[in-house]
Amino acid sequence: MLTRRIIPCLDIMNGRVVKGTKFLDLRDAGDPVQVAQRYEQEQADELVFLDITASHEERPIILDVVRRTAECCFMPLTVGGGICTIDDIREILKAGADKVSLNSAAVRNPEFVRQAASRFGSQCIVVAIDPRRVQKDGREVWEVHINGGRIPTGLEAVAWARRVVELGAGEILLTCMDADGTQNGYDIPMTRAVAEAVGVPVIASGGCGSPEHMREVLVDGGADAALAAGIFHYRQYSIGEAKSYLAAHGVPVREAVTVARASCP
Amino acid sequence: MSSVVIVDYEMGNLRSVAKAVERAGAAVCVTQDPAEVCRADRLILPGVGAFPDAMAALRRRGLDLAVKDFVATGRPFLGICLGLQLLCDVGLEVERCLGLGLMPGQCLALPPDLRDAAGRRLKVPHMGWNSLQIVRRSPLLAGVPDGSQVYFVHSFVAVPSDPDAWVSTRTDYGSPFTSSVWRDNLFATQFHPEKSQLVGLRMLENFVNM
Repeated sequence: MLTRRIIPCLDIMNGRVVKGTKFLDLRDAGDPVQVAQRYEQEQADELVFLDITASHEERPIILDVVRRTAECCFMPLTVGGGICTIDDIREILKAGADKVSLNSAAVRNPEFVRQAASRFGSQCIVVAIDPRRVQKDGREVWEVHINGGRIPTGLEAVAWARRVVELGAGEILLTCMDADGTQNGYDIPMTRAVAEAVGVPVIASGGCGSPEHMREVLVDGGADAALAAGIFHYRQYSIGEAKSYLAAHGVPVREAVTVARASCP
Repeated sequence: MSSVVIVDYEMGNLRSVAKAVERAGAAVCVTQDPAEVCRADRLILPGVGAFPDAMAALRRRGLDLAVKDFVATGRPFLGICLGLQLLCDVGLEVERCLGLGLMPGQCLALPPDLRDAAGRRLKVPHMGWNSLQIVRRSPLLAGVPDGSQVYFVHSFVAVPSDPDAWVSTRTDYGSPFTSSVWRDNLFATQFHPEKSQLVGLRMLENFVNM
């Protein structure tokens, strides 16, 4: 049976892992390579690496940090931040990433999603969507934001998710901005709406404070994977503790294993 | 030190494969040169992307024939993901396209409207960690427990026309599909050993020690 994935996320700024609240008030959370090594040892299912200020600073992603992080990961690695061109994607994959996450560039030029999926395959193209609940004309809209949450786009989250999947996105990384960093739980209604709207996997992100929040978003929210940062970075829970809780509550997860090394002749 | 040649036809995560093989203890050479492919001690055909693009990329460089010549030497060959699917006679991704023809069979899309035991609609691509049911234990699987979980990401599957002769493991996604094959010196996995942590590294160690 396919298991639900538990994914720690490294938000990177100035070469360091940071953790913010609603995309602001960033705190240091360590060296990316050391943090990635710990998650490799804890047998996380996947790792996401986001250079969170690359788009805003209009600069390319920090490839050397991607390379050093990838070197110690034998799990899938998704890298995002400031990716604008097919060449950017090629360089990031060469540095050791398996998938790339597109966000601002996809909004500015949706055709880029199609080009990227056609060149590298849908399985390689994650589209990150950062919606915030806003009031417009007396009703609530889930409005997609770009440039690290700085710029509203006028796009509605569910419609945008459908659109990028039509264009070839193989996975959606949905970060609900109002919940981000609060540790009060994921945005269940928004996650469920997106997960039901698309036929590709959805990674839920933003608001995780406990394994119970993961259970909620994987079961009630219909997410295929739960992403978290703070609770793992600051060692509130280990990956193993989160998975034990989920397994005990009926959510299929991959359990940590030990495998003997082959004896070399 | 054993050595492994990885075929570079500009389809996919070569660095991931190379570094995992290095970790497994082999010297790695990544090449687009058909002559180096033929001379290899061991060969890995990785790859992600679309079947027709991949075959065109192999043919353009003469790598399709080089891979076939290599397999005929009897030295160990490992196909990963698209590198398994390309072994088939025919692929039906995007358009009908001839494959390498090293395994009788077809590469087909995962069926639409897959559902799990609870009736929940399953997503495509099949992405994440799923378990192996070992049908025939190949040398690649030495030390790998039945039921081990490995990382998949794919929307198509290889369907061998003689499953008894080829299927090594099956995996369930709505219904069982072929997750690895083995015949003589030819090994291929639909999953990614290079992304499957300890289980995958053990398979790569087995491969580099063959």
